[in-house]
This record gives sequence, structure tokens and C-alpha cells, in this order.
Amino acid sequence: MLEIKDLTVEVGGRTVLRDVNLSVMSGYTSVLFGPNGSGKSSLLMTIMGFSEYHVKKGQILFKGEDITHLPMYERAKMGIGIMMQRPPNLVGVKLGDLVRVIEKNTNDLYQLAASLRMEKFLERDVNVGFSGGEIKRSELLQLTAQNPCLYLLDEPESGVDLESIERIGNAIKMLLSGSLGCAGKKSIDGKSALIITHTGQILDYIEADRGYVMCNGTISCSGNPRELLQEIRKRGYEECVKCKIR
Amino acid sequence: MQDSLSSLKKKAEAAKAKKAAYGEDIDLENYDIAPKNAPEAESLEDLDNDLQRTLLSAGVVPTGEGRVGSFLLLDNAVVHRSQKEESIEVMSTQQALKKYNWVNDYYWKAVPPDTDKYTATTFLENADGYFIRALPGTKAKMPVQTCLLLGSRNAAQTVHNIVIVEEGAELEVVTGCTTKPGVEKALHLGISEFYIKKGGKLTFTMIHNWAEQVGVRPRTVVIVGEGATYVNNYVCLKPVKSIQMYPTARLEGKESFGRFNTVAIAHPGSEIDIGSKVVLSAPKARAEIVSRSITTGGKSIARGRLVGEAPGIRAHLECKGLILQENGIQLAIPELEASVPDVEMTHEAAVGKIAKDQIEYIMARGLSETEAVGIIIRGFLEVGIRGIPEELKKEIDKAISATELSLG
Repeated sequence: MLEIKDLTVEVGGRTVLRDVNLSVMSGYTSVLFGPNGSGKSSLLMTIMGFSEYHVKKGQILFKGEDITHLPMYERAKMGIGIMMQRPPNLVGVKLGDLVRVIEKNTNDLYQLAASLRMEKFLERDVNVGFSGGEIKRSELLQLTAQNPCLYLLDEPESGVDLESIERIGNAIKMLLSGSLGCAGKKSIDGKSALIITHTGQILDYIEADRGYVMCNGTISCSGNPRELLQEIRKRGYEECVKCKIR
Repeated sequence: MQDSLSSLKKKAEAAKAKKAAYGEDIDLENYDIAPKNAPEAESLEDLDNDLQRTLLSAGVVPTGEGRVGSFLLLDNAVVHRSQKEESIEVMSTQQALKKYNWVNDYYWKAVPPDTDKYTATTFLENADGYFIRALPGTKAKMPVQTCLLLGSRNAAQTVHNIVIVEEGAELEVVTGCTTKPGVEKALHLGISEFYIKKGGKLTFTMIHNWAEQVGVRPRTVVIVGEGATYVNNYVCLKPVKSIQMYPTARLEGKESFGRFNTVAIAHPGSEIDIGSKVVLSAPKARAEIVSRSITTGGKSIARGRLVGEAPGIRAHLECKGLILQENGIQLAIPELEASVPDVEMTHEAAVGKIAKDQIEYIMARGLSETEAVGIIIRGFLEVGIRGIPEELKKEIDKAISATELSLG
């Protein structure tokens, strides 16, 4: 589904990603661990195509196609969707109106919103005065309307209270696997995701098959996500930064 | 002491050449006073189809449906006036002067005729316009619509409107100002004097839909009484040569409220100098001014002035301007003046381009840059016109879609 090869990226002349290699299989979820400022968000923003992120070297392949220099909206149309950690306020733009533009065939916007407890926010300006959890749910509502096949989720649990985490976690689970129980079917029809998690809480709700640890702008190791998380919880990211197994 | 008509006339005579405080000085010699006669129309639907379409584009419904009264001024001739309820009077100002002696107490009492040469000329022309009055306690369920139409090339339209909202009454007036197709060059001078009595409310929405060579000089003063509310919505999205106006609300009654919402686009070749002023001269009066303007190559001047003269006042002024094309100019001039200590007055002004992170945020959902910019601009303008009637919003939406809005 997604393959990143030797990716080096600069923002404002500063290198934020170095020789990153990573892949997400069709129908599966990869998680990205790493300390603050290690470049996790930069990787997601680069995959999505935000203009500030200049690819200096390497390739981004999506569904086998090179999308490294494709405009952002074309990537979105191909099936990449992002949940940003701190999306901008859109003053004057109502959430309901935006969702309707994203998915012109949204027949039951209200029901869709209700499933995320966002029905009261449809008439509100996007993100303006939203709490942490409300921002996440607003992002999920937009993503649901967009219906991508690869979800880039930047810390879905950050800034969210416990009750909201449960709701958001379950909503993401539904988005990714829906009612597909069979692993074989999942690899054909299921959605893929690359999820940034600092605390690993999201793993209580979703199945991830691969974990990556990012330190100082590059992938320092990868493996079973739960085992990686255990290790990180035990020793902290300092060990990862020092670790040279790569 | 109030000036008698004869002394007002003297003042007007003396001000015939007096330049306005702001805006390009328009040589009135270059225009002919617009014709004062035109056949009357029983119904706006009796007008020809082209004209009806023109009215519609300025938010005026020819059928009169959803309106409690209608008024049409073509050039300087009253072509139509109608009212559906006794309690909401719609007639021409000259008719009102004949009908009620007391109208003289309102005639040229808010706007001084010697303000500048435009007011002086309008005074000396004995200009006509609409007179609308909501009787005490009347709460109009639907708006009165008025249309000021420029129908002759090179004509100077002189208008004098009076609106009176009596005690405890509520009234909404929607005014569309526009030109007949083919009338490129013309001049509009419009005096408006509005009076809102104790506990009354007036919502006034004006849509300017002029043509590329039209000069526009409205002069408006609103007197707001105790506990009364004035809401002014102004929309100008089409090209125009030059607009200069600085409508003023005088909050003279305690706990009164005034609000100005302005939405305007300065197209290439347009100079729009639009201000809003509120003088808060009674205790606990409140005011809010919100302006949203865009330039696609023209010059946009957004003035705003709040004057606090009594204790317990709260007022806020906010003007924001977007520059979408290289040659566009935005000038925001917010002013606060207070002469008593117990006031809370603030302002906020910003000019610049659309934030890139907002555009890209929307693009990440699969929309093109043009679409994303359109959504943001619509939202930007939306803030300036919150609370205006839904159908007018649709008209505005159409106008925005038709406007060339790109990043340049």
C-alpha cells in the first residue's frame, strides 16, 4: 500500500527526516513510536504532501505509484487521508458544510455525525473553540466522509480525556476494519493505517502488525508493536536513542 | 434649537462646493440630475423581465412574496410603493411630508445638509426616497424591501430616505441598490435618516450591486433610543467605480445597541472606502463593528470608529482584509476614542493573504487549491454577514462564485 524509500526531507532548510525506510501493507496497520520532536509528524505531513516539506532524496510509493511530487489533493483523491494533531481553525467555515464538500454524496450527515457525537458541531466553525477530543472527532468525521484507503493518524489519543479515548479508539477501529473479521478478506478490502502514538494507548483498541521507532529523524528500529511498546515503557525512549542495532 | 427649513437651505447653499472628508471628489457638473418622472407600476411584476431580473440580483423580490411592503425608486421617480399591513407604513418621503406635519421633525434632523456637497445637492434637489414607519409595538414578521435603481446614463440619483421605528416596534428593511443593464456611468447620492425609539429594533440590510463606472456617496445617520437596537448589514460584491460612505449610529439612549456588519470586494478599478461609526453617548450602550473585505486588484479602505462618551460602555471593532491579487490595496483604519474612564473599547485589525495552512488543510481532504480558497473566502465573508436572511445569503453565495477569486 505504502512504501517509503530512503526519504530525506527538509523544512526551511533544516533536515527533519533522514534516509527513512518504512512500509504499510494493504489492509494492515503500522504504528510509529518515537520521542517528541523525532520527526514522526514530519513523516506524515510529507506523505500527505504539505508544501513546507521538501523531499531532497528518496521516494514515496503509494499503490505502486510514485507520488513523491504529486500535489496534495491528488494524493487525497488516490486515497490518502490524514488526521492532524493540531489542525488550523477555519473561521466562518461550518463543519457540516466542509463535510458536505468533502463527500458530496453524504446522505445522512447527521447520522454520521451522531455516531461520533458531533451532531451539535455541524453548525460550528471548524475547530474554533473545539476541545482536544472534539478536534479528534471532527477530524474523524471529515476522514469518514473522505473514506481514504490509507489513514495517516497523528497521535489520535493526545490531548483527549479517557472517556473520549475510548470513543475515538473504537471509531478508528470501525474505520479501519469495519465488520471484516477474516484476515484474508482484510488484506484485500480492509483499510491501511500509519498511526503515530507517543504513549501507545491506541493499541488498546486497534490491531497493529508492525511498529517503527523514530529517533532523530530516522527509523531506529522496527518489529512487533506490542513488544516494542513494552520495551519503550520499561526503558524509555532514551534507550532507543542510544541503541545502535540498526 | 432646531434649524428651520430656510436656515437649512442657507447652509446647504453655502456647502454646494464643500468637498467630502473622504473619497475622490466627484465633479457633479459631469452628471445630469436623474429624471423625476416615470410611469408608476401597480406591482413590481408589471415591470419588464430584464428589470425584474435586475431587482432579483439585488435581493428585491418582484412578487413581493415574503415581504411586508415594497418600494421602488427609478432614477428620481417613485415607481412603486405598497404595504401589506396598516401598522407598517411604506410611502415616499415627499408623500410623508405632505401627510404628516411631524415628519418635519425628522427631515434633515440626523444628517446635516451642509455635511458636504453631496448632502447639500440632495437637500437642494428636494430629493425623494422611501419613508418607512413601524407603529408602536408592531413587530414585523417579514422585511420591507426597497430598491434604488439607476436607470439613465450619466444620471445623478438623489435620494432621501427616512425610517422610523416607534417605541417597542421591530422592523427589518432590505434595500437593493443597482443599475439597469447598459447604464455604466452614473452617480448615486443617498441620504438616510433612521430613528429607533425606546425598545425598538431595526435591522437594515443593504446590497450594493452597481456597475463599473458608478460613483456612490451615501450619507447615513441612525439615532438609537433607550434599550433600542440597530443592526446594519452591508454587502457589496460587484465592481463599482468608487464608493465612499461612513454611516454613523448615535446610541443616545441608555443600554442601546448598535452593530455594523460589512462585506465588500474591491475589484480591479474599484475604490471602496467604507466605514462604520458608532457614537456611544448613553450609559451602558454597546456596539460592535465587523468588517470583512477582499481585494482582487482594487483599493479597499475599511474605516471604523467607536466613540465612548458615557460610563459602562462596551464596544468592539474588528476589520479584516484579504489581498488576493498583486495590485490590490487594503487599508484598515480602526479608531477608538473615549472621553470617560469607565469604558471598555477594543479593536482588532488584520490584512494579508489567506493562511497557507488553512488552504492545505482543506486540500488534504481531496479538494483543489481553487476549491479550498473558495471555501475559506466564503467563510471569511460569512463572518461579516451572520444573521442576514437566508435567501440573501444564497444571492451572496452566487456572487462569490461568480467572482474571480484566486491566489494571484
